[in-house]
Amino acid sequence: MQEVITANRLADGLVVFLAADGGWTEDFHKGAVFADPQAKAHALSVAASAADANVVVEPYPIELELRAGHLAPKALRERIRASGPTVRVDLGKQTEGFAPTLAQRG
Amino acid sequence: MYRYDEFDAAFVASRVEQFRDQVARRLSGELTEEQFRPHRLMNGLYLQLHAYMLRVAVPYGTLNSRQLRKLADIARKYDRGYGHFTTRQNLQYNWPKLSETPDILAELASVEMHAIQTSGNCIRNVTADHFAGVAADEIADPRPYCEILRQWSSQHPEFSFLPRKFKIAVNGGPHDRAAIQAHDIGLQMARNERGELGFVVYVGGGLGRTPFVAKKIRDFLPERDLLRYVDAILRVYNLDGRRDNKYKARIKILVHEKGTEAFRAAVEAEFSANAQSALDLQEGDIARMGAFFAQPLLEPRAEKSARIARRRQRDGKFDAYVGANVTPHKVPGYAVMTVSLKAIGEVPGDASADQMDAVADLAEDYSHDELRVSHEQNLILPHVALDDLPAVYDRLASVGLATPNAGQISDIIACPGLDYCALATARSIPVAQRIAERFGDGARARDIGPLKIKISGCINACGHHHVGHIGILGLERAGEETYQITLGGSGDENASIGQITGPGFSSERVVEAIDTVVETYRALRSDVSEPFLQTFRRVGMAPFKEALYERSAGSDI
Repeated sequence: MQEVITANRLADGLVVFLAADGGWTEDFHKGAVFADPQAKAHALSVAASAADANVVVEPYPIELELRAGHLAPKALRERIRASGPTVRVDLGKQTEGFAPTLAQRG
Repeated sequence: MYRYDEFDAAFVASRVEQFRDQVARRLSGELTEEQFRPHRLMNGLYLQLHAYMLRVAVPYGTLNSRQLRKLADIARKYDRGYGHFTTRQNLQYNWPKLSETPDILAELASVEMHAIQTSGNCIRNVTADHFAGVAADEIADPRPYCEILRQWSSQHPEFSFLPRKFKIAVNGGPHDRAAIQAHDIGLQMARNERGELGFVVYVGGGLGRTPFVAKKIRDFLPERDLLRYVDAILRVYNLDGRRDNKYKARIKILVHEKGTEAFRAAVEAEFSANAQSALDLQEGDIARMGAFFAQPLLEPRAEKSARIARRRQRDGKFDAYVGANVTPHKVPGYAVMTVSLKAIGEVPGDASADQMDAVADLAEDYSHDELRVSHEQNLILPHVALDDLPAVYDRLASVGLATPNAGQISDIIACPGLDYCALATARSIPVAQRIAERFGDGARARDIGPLKIKISGCINACGHHHVGHIGILGLERAGEETYQITLGGSGDENASIGQITGPGFSSERVVEAIDTVVETYRALRSDVSEPFLQTFRRVGMAPFKEALYERSAGSDI
């Protein structure tokens, strides 16, 4: 099972993903993907430290799946979080090229 | 409308500074999220799907143009250029930064607004009938009492940590336009046989996962006893309400478990025990508050407007608008205009900053600087001279706000749903948009007549689906959105909870299912004047069920 770690950034509340360098990115594509349980556990401890350090709020892992050849969040909720409101495509990450590729949108 | 006195201004300003300090301490790490959460919630700040969300109170739905312009300014300066009017007459911003929230609150305070108690387990923004003070059939203006309740409940030391949130609504006319029987306390303005003013008191209404229509516990409560009686209800709830289970903590569960008679007896005992208390309202208090809400001086005008008649004759759209969105004012020669925030295909309840400015200008130019927000997510221009209707209509049309659908099938209440809300299980807004597109605001919608569709994106029922004539509840099943339909709900004086039709429908099928319900109604109504709800109550669920599940291909879930 492939996963990324997500959270909301404390200062502005925007959705962020844990990157490979241990920093946080607004871009879903730059989020580090974890398949190995040990790597995931380590990433979660890095994320928890970021929460303790008041960088992000409430980090948690989200499950990914292949959609048309690209990794995307499995749950609709997480696809919307990673993209922006489906009813306002002029708002959110989808306007900045940060949204998952080929995620099914309603 | 009410104006802050020195105490109010100092209180709201001090709350802004208090929150500024709390935010600074959170950002510096002095406060953890767990410590900070209750503080931000008491100031209306949530963390939602995409960002923070700030819920601003519009007390009892009354605004002036300066305040609406400020809401527009904030939307531009701190948010993404729009706001969302909610089912509790509040306004929500969907993208504020935590670090800027204290500045937003300071800007709100500069126009006598705030976000205090728009969240948390306290007494929330008191809502009112949106035609308060203007409806031709009004018994009394509910707003002075709402303001008295607001002042009494703001930072009330005994009621700031209730078992759960607590919502009060007050209705001024014989027809319930405030959904009072879906509230924790519903107050209906009434006169007794001696002509004295007071309230019918309902308690224990609520929607959510366990919906209940409120129970009447007082046929007549004299106005002087308002605070003492509401205080007694809150005291009984605060002591006996459940704190062991969040889902059983609302007063509706207490009233249900205790029984209406026992609950009434407990409230009356508490009420009597506090006789002659400082909470008794004096005539002077009520008169002083009433003066704030005095009707503006409306020059006498002719009861009928030839200008309107001429325009109606030559302009079908204007004629439809007047038919749907214009309500008689208590003063002849004037009208109450409903500004629909339900343009076909748009997000129900959303208004852009430019639209807010345009409506504020219209309020200033044509409505004595007054506005209302309805729980049905529309705006109201309450005092428009009949002769001015065409000019106001033209200006509304120029900013996309002249949709002639108030009270019709496309005037849909919808919660933000999974497009914005962290609690939602399915999207609400796209379903509302597709239904509105299917039925429109033209001849078909007019033929269908009064029909309230209400959509919630989860079981918490912010979209009031239980009291929709047609209710839609969005759920998630096996990773897919699915929509349960209820029929026969009503939030008016004959309130009822809708009945579930049966298995739910997929997102693709739900609009077709609603179409089937509507066409079944049209085939069954006794004549075109029989509205949907009346037909449903006459014929019952069976023919709708049959049409949905037997004659058509049935549910696909």
